[in-house]
Amino acid sequence: MATVVGKEALVAGIPAEKTGLWSWITTVDHKRVAVLYLIGSMFFFFLGGIEALLIRIQLVRPDNNFVTPEVFNELFTMHGTTMIFLAVMPMSQIFFNYIIPLMIGARDVAFPRLNAFGVWVFLLGGLFLNASFLFGAAPDAGWFGYANLTSKQFSPGMHVDFWMLGLQILGVSSLAAAVNFFVTIINLRAPGMRLMRMPMFVWMSFITMILLLLAFPVITVALILLMFDRFFGTHFFVPTGGGDPILWQHLFWIFGHPEVYILILPAFGIISEVLPVFSRKPLFGYAAMVFSGVFIAFLGFGVWSHHMFSTGMGPIADTFFSLATMLIAIPTGVKIFNWIGTIWGGSLQLKTPMLFALGFIAMFIMGGLSGVMHASPPADLQQTDTYFVVAHFHYVLFGGSIFGLVAGAYYWWPKMFGKVLDERLGKIHFWLQLIGFNLTFFPMHFVGLHGMPRRVYTYPKGLGFDSMNQWETVGAFILAGGFAVMLYNIWKTWRTAPPAPADPWNGATLEWSIPSPPQEWNFPEIPTVTGRDPLWEAKRQRGGPLPEPQRVSGQGIHMPAPSYWPLVTAFSLPLLFTGLMLASKIGPWGIFIGVATLFFGIYNWLFEPSYTSIPGVKGKGRH
Amino acid sequence: MLLGSRLIRRLSWLAPLVALVVIAACARDFPQTTLAPKGDLARIEDGVFFETVKWATLVFVLVEGALLYAVFRFRGKPGDPEPDQIHGNTVVEVIWTVIPALILAMIAVPTVKAIFKENETPKGDALTIEVVGHQWWWEFRYPEFNLTTANELHVPVGHTISLKMGAYDVVHSFWLPQFAGKRDVFPNRETRLWFTAEEAGEYSGQCAEFCGIQHGRMAFRVVAQPPAEFDQWVGHMKLITMQPTATSAVPRDSVHTSSAGAAVQQPAAAPAPQNADSAKASTGSEDPLVAQGQKLFLMKGCVGCHSLVAYNAPKGLLGPNLANVGARSYIAAGTLKNTDENLTHWIRFPQDVKHGVLMPNLGVTQDEAKALVAFLRTHR
Repeated sequence: MATVVGKEALVAGIPAEKTGLWSWITTVDHKRVAVLYLIGSMFFFFLGGIEALLIRIQLVRPDNNFVTPEVFNELFTMHGTTMIFLAVMPMSQIFFNYIIPLMIGARDVAFPRLNAFGVWVFLLGGLFLNASFLFGAAPDAGWFGYANLTSKQFSPGMHVDFWMLGLQILGVSSLAAAVNFFVTIINLRAPGMRLMRMPMFVWMSFITMILLLLAFPVITVALILLMFDRFFGTHFFVPTGGGDPILWQHLFWIFGHPEVYILILPAFGIISEVLPVFSRKPLFGYAAMVFSGVFIAFLGFGVWSHHMFSTGMGPIADTFFSLATMLIAIPTGVKIFNWIGTIWGGSLQLKTPMLFALGFIAMFIMGGLSGVMHASPPADLQQTDTYFVVAHFHYVLFGGSIFGLVAGAYYWWPKMFGKVLDERLGKIHFWLQLIGFNLTFFPMHFVGLHGMPRRVYTYPKGLGFDSMNQWETVGAFILAGGFAVMLYNIWKTWRTAPPAPADPWNGATLEWSIPSPPQEWNFPEIPTVTGRDPLWEAKRQRGGPLPEPQRVSGQGIHMPAPSYWPLVTAFSLPLLFTGLMLASKIGPWGIFIGVATLFFGIYNWLFEPSYTSIPGVKGKGRH
Repeated sequence: MLLGSRLIRRLSWLAPLVALVVIAACARDFPQTTLAPKGDLARIEDGVFFETVKWATLVFVLVEGALLYAVFRFRGKPGDPEPDQIHGNTVVEVIWTVIPALILAMIAVPTVKAIFKENETPKGDALTIEVVGHQWWWEFRYPEFNLTTANELHVPVGHTISLKMGAYDVVHSFWLPQFAGKRDVFPNRETRLWFTAEEAGEYSGQCAEFCGIQHGRMAFRVVAQPPAEFDQWVGHMKLITMQPTATSAVPRDSVHTSSAGAAVQQPAAAPAPQNADSAKASTGSEDPLVAQGQKLFLMKGCVGCHSLVAYNAPKGLLGPNLANVGARSYIAAGTLKNTDENLTHWIRFPQDVKHGVLMPNLGVTQDEAKALVAFLRTHR
């Protein structure tokens, strides 16, 4: 276990030196892993954003030739894949990693080396996927990769190979994280933190982990079948060989719909933390919030075919999946009403995190309502695969997830980096984002209803799409401007802002009881929890703010030892898959090297001594 | 609930208002719109959609209103005392669980009704048309008349059309917004859709499922005609492959009989010679330019992929049937207006117009292309 404080630990002495590049390469500290997730996901988020801007430039006028059709198809494929797997999911990972252990009063996660492995796999997988651009073979069959367009016959080059193997790598990272945080939340909560006392962010993350554990194996299997089709000539999805493209659609959406909740539930959790703090009032209907989250996740596995109404499944299946989908609106509505109930009667402090949280609610309502519209199959027969759907899911994924994640970033930035982000710039960012977002995506509802399909690299004059597309492009650039302001804000406060106090927002949860940024061991003493808002209770008992926590020496606290084997093991996966892709050209040697590295990494990981000798200190510390 | 329905009644003027504003300009400015249905199936879809719009508008106004009200009403200053620490309220929470459930029921009932209506099999006298999606064009076959055409679908107004659909290569989606909505088409699997056109005119549709590099330019036209005009068109299509002298003589009935007998499939193995024959046969013209075009159609290999006969046409060809290409309003699957200039450009540089399309740039010169255009113009 990571955080045993025992007699041996007391003699283990000071943690090892923690500066320089090597300390980052070998880190197993959940906070540093979170920072690696932050760097990676920001990089990929801006990459995906640039792809979006290029898409918008191409669509600014009819019959445009800004990019070729091939490039356009690569752009929208990579935009979707990047934003889902390389931006929003790892952005949630930032907060899982940094905040969950702090919120539950733990010193690290359950499996620190697995945690490091997860972030390395994510970074290498993201680079693997994007390396396809260097070979002119970026994935171009859509983020959903519908069969049989992905078959060797219709997608000969390496485009689809990069996509399917890249996703396979990223799936490993997600599963590793899911196992880790599932166990962490179950096992490492501070004394007194019963399940129904966990902060809502921890609850929503916990549900997300369960979704990850159940959904990712399905896409893994589907991708393996696709890999067999492409590399070994099987016919799982190839109709000329007796396979069925619809099988892919089912497998993909059995993963793909829970994936939607994997993307949104962490944001639900974040704003459930932000709203109470900036309303100075506890979360309204805690139990209802928990159970509606559980209910959403459960129903999320029974609605996948609402992505397939246009395939003609017949009236019984249409009815079932339609009604199941509509049911999800009920727990989602409960959440929205409870959030409004939280701010109702409060004393609202409209700081930047709060603005983004309120923006989240306002935008998410709209995404939810358009979702109910195409939960109705007859209406969906017009709307599916049009820009109406593009508008809908951007309202839930951008207006929802991204607004929530940005709220979390402004909220926890002081904790993570010891600097409060600038309020004025934060507000400029908020308004640019809100206006730009709506200008970009609101007209898409109408351009879709008026007949513009998705994933078209251009549209002809005379269908009436011109002016709405122009506005959308203008909006996209305003939106990009908002994030530029955020980057400037980070840079500026990094240089000039004074150090942040431990508790800049009058927080309710444990992470605000320790210095910003926390020391490596988080809590010098593991706290005991007696209620849902432990810090507010402590402040109330004391009759005022708590004293600023002091930085202490880590004497006597033993932390897990650094290790580079997670990186070596992670490196074997892109190696292995590159070998697989090149097998037809260079023979199986690449595969052998990849497998050898994998076993070498795992072997050394397993037999790495489970203790560290620290120079000058006698005794061994277990971890 | 009473309160809800009273509110809905009070606010229900909103929905038609929104609808009116949206539709006002539709048909003219947005020829591919879903909001101005001109067919029965599209009307069912539109009806359900506006049912959801009505309730969504109500929910939107109330919930966003409550949110905005709360934000302005409960704005606090730093020095304010701590507000009441309310943790929840069971009654309120039950109410806001039940009301959404009731609203959803109001949407679910018309939805389920419409689902079953939409999935009905059209009655016996429906005209069956086979639709085949190809990368990146549409093939339409009329088994009843043994006719094949491409990218321009002719249908009689007021007569239910039953579409039996499939795909030649990858998954596509047949989307005809003003008549029918969409249905995906698959290789090796039949899907169905039906509709009845209500108004004569020319309509546009498009592939809606991503199907490769030219998915964006895989449109089609639908010409809805009064029944008599449609019958004429059918008769004409059957005859354009025969000697021009024969055109006037054949009555519609006899065409009918012959089509029934001719339902036997043409062996796909030998399409070219038949095409060649028909290419020769179809032009009795003296025009040397047309004659040159006819020769080029054979020499340049056009004939390998394109058939020039609509009646009893060979199946399984790579390119669209060109029997009446001269009369179509668009070429290249709804991409270009069918002018001489566009057709010339398309014949010479298909890879510039639709990059990645299966038709290669064949090195046709401007003069050759002109001859080909003249020849194709005779196929109307």
